[in-house]
Amino acid sequence: MNEILGHFNYGIVILLMMMGLYIVIASSNLIKKLIGISVFQVSVFILYITFGKITGGNPPIIVDNVDVYSNPLPHVLILTAIVVGVATTSVGLALIVRIREAYGSTDEDDINDIDKNDNFYLKNRSTT
Amino acid sequence: MNLMTHLPVLIVVVPLLSAALCVLFNNRKSAWLITLLASFFCFYASINLIQIVQEVDVIIYSVGGWEAPLGIELRIDALNALMLLVLSGSAVLVSIYALKSVEKEIPVQNQVLFYTALLLVKAGLIGICVTGDAFNIFVFLEISSISTYALISLGHDRRALHASYQYLIMGTIGATFILIGIGFMYVMTGTLNIQDLSQRLPVVADTSAIRAAFAFLTIGVGIKAAMLPLHQWLPNAYAYSPSVVSTFLAATATKVAIYVLIRFQLSLFGIEFSLLQMPFNKILMILGTIGILGGSVSAIYQSNVKRMLAYSSVAQIGYILLAIGLASEPGFTAALLHIFNHALMKGTLFMALGLIAFRFASTELSVMSGIGKTMPLTMAAFLIGGLSLIGVPGTAGFISKWYLVTALLDASLWPLALVILIASVLTLIYIGRVIEVAYFQPAPEGITQQKVPKSMLVALWIFALSNIYFGLYSDISLGISSLAVNQLMGVTP
Repeated sequence: MNEILGHFNYGIVILLMMMGLYIVIASSNLIKKLIGISVFQVSVFILYITFGKITGGNPPIIVDNVDVYSNPLPHVLILTAIVVGVATTSVGLALIVRIREAYGSTDEDDINDIDKNDNFYLKNRSTT
Repeated sequence: MNLMTHLPVLIVVVPLLSAALCVLFNNRKSAWLITLLASFFCFYASINLIQIVQEVDVIIYSVGGWEAPLGIELRIDALNALMLLVLSGSAVLVSIYALKSVEKEIPVQNQVLFYTALLLVKAGLIGICVTGDAFNIFVFLEISSISTYALISLGHDRRALHASYQYLIMGTIGATFILIGIGFMYVMTGTLNIQDLSQRLPVVADTSAIRAAFAFLTIGVGIKAAMLPLHQWLPNAYAYSPSVVSTFLAATATKVAIYVLIRFQLSLFGIEFSLLQMPFNKILMILGTIGILGGSVSAIYQSNVKRMLAYSSVAQIGYILLAIGLASEPGFTAALLHIFNHALMKGTLFMALGLIAFRFASTELSVMSGIGKTMPLTMAAFLIGGLSLIGVPGTAGFISKWYLVTALLDASLWPLALVILIASVLTLIYIGRVIEVAYFQPAPEGITQQKVPKSMLVALWIFALSNIYFGLYSDISLGISSLAVNQLMGVTP
């Protein structure tokens, strides 16, 4: 039983990671794709945070009578990665806003269709 | 002398702070000047670093005075110095070129921010090449990537937005894979320092965690490097981005990803583990070969010349991967030489296209008829770049292809040597199409001699002439490459 509970976090990580990747691949809506990417990234954050926990470990603040501490380094690393994740998401959202302004749609299939017709139009124009 | 000892860190800090300065001044002329000065500083620093590396082998710099396992260490050996030279050299030329090109292609209100993002990309790419810490590589990779997404989206065609978005999705998946790989390595060894990792990894190498780490890192870096099945983002991203951006990216960005691949595979995991035990050498050779042929054939069918060159980049990355897959000393030398030389030729070709876009606001093949007469200097430089891409003797491209074919024959893989020759013919076909249209078709009526800004021409011709210079005198590039290979093979006996 303890074995299963001990791996609970890792199970969640795998579940979230697969969910995130699946959304990125399966959805054609740009915003949903970005949500998928975020879920995927968050799963990796949880993975790192789980790495840092040591069974019976205390928070890494020096106190008397405590000699087992959790490892603070993965947490610090993940702080950096969270900042990176926020930056990526915001750049992605900004791009979606501009895509919506330029194409009038946030659906990838629509955009591909518009681009295809656009190509045809450009070719016609260059010959005349 | 005091300044000299801090060069390894200054080469990252200067462009990073200059990016902030650009925003503070908020004036496009001074932003350009700051970019140019920062680029010149990096170039000066990289030349100095190369000289120091040739004397002392490895420069180690502890950031903030914290020694290696605890603090972050910057570590520059010959391979890093070579990459820094490629990066800062192209950065200088791109900066000179940027003034007029940006004025023409980027909306006025975005120009200052354009230079800021360009400097951030530079800082990120240079950061990857100086750091000796695995997690730092991830951070710098993301600094450069996020700025790259912004830069690509500034292309005047609206398809640039979608291309940038696709790159953002692919790039983020790649970077997160790298993050997972680094996490596994950290858990197994308790260190993030590359030097430290390379000593501790062999002990735990035979575990599934390390094998998983290896797989995640390889695929993550493969996406960034546009390794064949993962190259989907590249053609659109290069084709629709502003000329300055496509030139700089084509000359440097994928090369830096390949540097990370080499660093992880060879220094970190070791040749034994990554190339022979994991059969990654065979995978690399197969993917490389398919990349060379697939990229070249796709390039032939493109009507947009910029897109054609983007596919050709996929093929050229195939050459580099094939050379790494040989897992032999001549193979690695060929790979590093090609990283250097490919930066020269793609820099030339994309810059020439940038000038054509400057005049005609398009890089479709159809606008280029008779351009050999109306823009003679630009097309002559394009021709030199094209010949170098094909691998005509006397150009830089010949040197690296020669070393690659020799390395293949050394390993008695003559069918692959044949593939290289076939690919050269394919290259001849797609470059030939452009040359045919430009020189042998009459210019449309009413189009006469086209004026182009001097500063852009100067940058273009420095690039073009360096193709010939490094084709005739390969001592410099070859010297650093073989020193780097010796160090790589020495670190991992």
